[in-house]
Amino acid sequence: MRLNLEFMAKYLPMYIDAAKLTVEIAFWGIVFSLIVGFLCAIVRYYRTPILHRIVAVYIEISRNTPLLVQLFFLYFGLPKIGIVLSTEACAIIGITFLGGSYMAESIRSGFEAVDKVQVESAQSLGLGRWLTMKEVVFPQALAVSVPGICANVIFLIKETSVVSGIALADLMYVTKDLIGLYYETDEALIMLVIFYLIILLPISVVASILERRLRHAGFGN
Amino acid sequence: MQDSGISVLFMGSNFLRLLEGLWVTVRISLISVILSIPLGILFGMFMTLKNPFSKVISRIYLEFIRIMPQLVLLFIAYFGVTRAFGWNLSAELSAVIVFTLWGTAEMGDLVRGALISIPKHQYDSAEALGMTKMQTFVYVVVPQTMRRLIPLTINLTTRMIKTTSLVVLIGITEVLKVGKQIIDANRFDYPTAALWVYGVVFLLYFLACWPISILAKRLEKRWR
Repeated sequence: MRLNLEFMAKYLPMYIDAAKLTVEIAFWGIVFSLIVGFLCAIVRYYRTPILHRIVAVYIEISRNTPLLVQLFFLYFGLPKIGIVLSTEACAIIGITFLGGSYMAESIRSGFEAVDKVQVESAQSLGLGRWLTMKEVVFPQALAVSVPGICANVIFLIKETSVVSGIALADLMYVTKDLIGLYYETDEALIMLVIFYLIILLPISVVASILERRLRHAGFGN
Repeated sequence: MQDSGISVLFMGSNFLRLLEGLWVTVRISLISVILSIPLGILFGMFMTLKNPFSKVISRIYLEFIRIMPQLVLLFIAYFGVTRAFGWNLSAELSAVIVFTLWGTAEMGDLVRGALISIPKHQYDSAEALGMTKMQTFVYVVVPQTMRRLIPLTINLTTRMIKTTSLVVLIGITEVLKVGKQIIDANRFDYPTAALWVYGVVFLLYFLACWPISILAKRLEKRWR
């Protein structure tokens, strides 16, 4: 296998742009997923009437359908009833729709790992609902849910590759384009793998360091 | 009949065709899961060996498969292997290969997790009772790991079904592609068909995965 280095150098800027787009979409998708996930987890934790049923339905739907199908519905289906979204917006909404439920489950499992006794103790000490959450439950829950959240972050960045299916010029799309145009398959694929490694390896390393650090953060272990 | 895009679904054999399309991805995922289970069990046992060489090899394999988006792996198998080795793999075969490799890595990690979760004193107790290594494995290790593994394996199946939706991007005619064909064929008569067809595809995936997820959750709760 001899690589056409000239070709690789020539199209490097294209890959850098595509990587930027991938990171950007993933970043906003993850930020919104965290917000949605946190809100859903709170609703589930306090068993807010009605809302917690709706959230449960959302979580089941989102966890049991593939992102590509969700994107196709958003991108090709919704314009037929007058809801036209830009490709980027579709991608971010899709990732948020998918990621929100995964984040919600991770965060909720953190909340539930905090012993009931602690909530009761906090209340008997005169802490209100808000202070109990802020000072007692949340810090401990966070330590439990961080590994899950990190795994979700990596999962969502990987899932971003799917947005090429709705013609967003991310890393996958550029690669497919170059393979189709010039048949420089090896070069295009190697660049693709390298760029994903550049994006994902550091995050994966940071995630495993965080996980090791937080393993002992739970109360009483 | 203007605008009632839903009727497209019931014209001719359209709905049946969508189901057939879904079956294509479900079949790929079932074949991959069936291949991944024995391979994953072997891989999981390989990972628990105390040999530094096997540790490094399995670590690299696991990390690479896990860190790469499955779509990238599909592209490597479908476009790259053809180019590099001259093997002309069909899209479906390369999908099965990729999902089996991925499933083996995931399954292997689950098996490893289940195996190392058995405390050392159980091995010691079994030995003290005069059980051979084989007996220890069959009567002590397997029953306990099974309980943990079965729900996780069922979960892996739903993940597999969801992930195999990607095969449309290497040109396999599955449910999304069939949906697109139906939409394109009725583009002028039923302009809103896309909403209904993709809505139904969405629902079909949900109906395929949801019961399996519920089963996994039930078993997990019961066997904890």
